Amino acid sequence: MVRAMSAPPIFNFPSYTAAWLGGVRSAWLSVYAYVLFGTYIGIGALAYDFNFSLVWVTASTLLVWAAPAQVILISTLGGGAQLIEVAIAVGLSSVRLLPMVVALMPVLRGPDTKAYQLLLPAHFTAVSMWVESMRLAPQIPVHRRIPFANGLATGYLVSAVTATVLGFYLAARLPPLLTAALLFLTPVSFLVSIVRNSNLMIDRLALIFGLVLGPVLAYRDVELDVMWAGIAGGSIAYVAQRVRGAMR
Amino acid sequence: MSLMSSTLWPYVALVLVGFLPNEVWRWTGFILARGVDESSEILVWVRAVATAVLAAVIAKLIFFAPGALAAVPLSVRITALVGGFIGFLLIRRSVIAGVATGEAVLIVGALMFRP
Repeated sequence: MVRAMSAPPIFNFPSYTAAWLGGVRSAWLSVYAYVLFGTYIGIGALAYDFNFSLVWVTASTLLVWAAPAQVILISTLGGGAQLIEVAIAVGLSSVRLLPMVVALMPVLRGPDTKAYQLLLPAHFTAVSMWVESMRLAPQIPVHRRIPFANGLATGYLVSAVTATVLGFYLAARLPPLLTAALLFLTPVSFLVSIVRNSNLMIDRLALIFGLVLGPVLAYRDVELDVMWAGIAGGSIAYVAQRVRGAMR
Repeated sequence: MSLMSSTLWPYVALVLVGFLPNEVWRWTGFILARGVDESSEILVWVRAVATAVLAAVIAKLIFFAPGALAAVPLSVRITALVGGFIGFLLIRRSVIAGVATGEAVLIVGALMFRP
């Protein structure tokens, strides 16, 4: 237990390139490279089943770079839904990216950082990259955090793109139970990741409220259910922590 | 309509209803993050909202499962998610242990309770 609690080593990279390579290395050493690999095999296979081309699904991985949004995009667009319905469903599933980017940018930014340098990390922001950047960046000197985060995302993207191609070719041979198991990787890895990064009561409360409010609002057909579940759940958690702090 | 030929159309759709509705959140976050300090109080709230939104997405992926996952009974999907959480807590707080436990519960449950 002492080992888990002790401060991790500080990464001190001699150059920009070294920090980027350090990010790629951290990506491939982390479980997310493999979780993404499995997830994107599922996405490649799903795209094949819905008659999208290999180039199209690979482009969707690079451009969208958010597994739940891609699953929704492929299954609704491929299922013949109205374009506006697809856009709304994709947009709703990706609301999480807004507060994630808002939380990450100040961590990566130093006093000399130019705004354009943050454009790429903003596009790269996805659960895997966000969880690892938020965890590791504070241990890295400020001026090396952006290349590190970009390297991290590049490592994950290489894994995801490779798996997308592989899944597309394997699709016809994948048994349905395996495809189901691959699609389950996203929710289970997201959950375990948040739990791991939840060291404070506010994080735990936000997690519980989000898990409960999400389906409750969805079953009640509340519009923008995910967004409201997040704002309400996060705000209740925030207020609870303030009240607790004030009572001490 | 020449631009909307059958080869190009899927890519136009990808950008219009896949890339843009997704990326707009990143761009908005990018703009809102300017001037927000790393240690500011509003970020505490923003992080809580980010966590809660992510939790809501997880719950929706379980309750309204996509593709082949929908064929696995809801009770098995929920049990497997809880199993992943317990596996993570019991086995050295390891993400891979949590994911592996959840997957094992899902596969065993799906085999036992075929619809």
